[in-house]
Amino acid sequence: MATIEISCVEVWREISNYLEGEIPADLRERMEKHFSACAHCTAVLDGTRNVVALVGDGTMFQMPEGFSKRLYEKIRNLTSPNVPRD
Amino acid sequence: MSAIQSQSRTNEAYLIKRVSDGEREAFYELVRPYERMVYATAISIVKNPADAEEVAQEAVLKAFSKLASFRGESKFSTWLIQITYNEARMKLRKAHSNLYESIDDTQQSEDGEFWPKDYADWRPIPSELLEENEIRQAVQDAISSLSTNYREVLILRDVHRLSIKETTMILGISEGSVKTRLHRARLLLRDSLAPGIDGSWIKGQAYRKVRPW
Repeated sequence: MATIEISCVEVWREISNYLEGEIPADLRERMEKHFSACAHCTAVLDGTRNVVALVGDGTMFQMPEGFSKRLYEKIRNLTSPNVPRD
Repeated sequence: MSAIQSQSRTNEAYLIKRVSDGEREAFYELVRPYERMVYATAISIVKNPADAEEVAQEAVLKAFSKLASFRGESKFSTWLIQITYNEARMKLRKAHSNLYESIDDTQQSEDGEFWPKDYADWRPIPSELLEENEIRQAVQDAISSLSTNYREVLILRDVHRLSIKETTMILGISEGSVKTRLHRARLLLRDSLAPGIDGSWIKGQAYRKVRPW
């Protein structure tokens, strides 16, 4: 059985940075060792990774129908910043 | 800066010049790639589609009138999102923000350790599942339930994929706060989404939950 050299609480604290690849190599190694031995933290890691994938999916925020067209109309009715309306 | 980024910056500079030369249509071209981003930013704060559209329009119009003050120190998109944020917050203030704010701020203090609610075993999400409205709605609801501090950072970093530096610039908070809030936001979302995705959303699979205590 792998030795757990880092506590679960410490692992949770670093999960986001771990996913971003923003942690020192030695900490990464300790966390990986922990994940291989701890199903709970692995579940939290997988879940957090899924959240990032879901949220970043790009289709989460659909614009209302006709949004672009109405925005375009607003812009068309503007005067230019430096040019007086003719 | 990558070649593509640098090309888009050059193209933007050209469009901005055309707008200031009086070509209104060029402004739409300038804004168009970011309209979804503007809308998503607005709705992440005001939370209802009609208000979000109004905010998005006001932000774009404001960007137009202030275009001469855009110096190109940041990306045009960052500048536009910053304006959208300001407009959205102003709208909230006008509408008595307490009515809109999440009431569940107690669980969301930035200080102290975060303890996951449970350890639902959540396997990778099949991509076809992402297409389902039910999931989209659940994710949106979960994002809405976050308090503004967390929601703002999550939207900028994980939805719009802005850098930490751009996020600090738009929100006026430190790099450390961006990291802490993003982390907390992700864990809170996992807490609220994991049971649904692993259980009720995949037919024929029992909801497996592991609690160590």
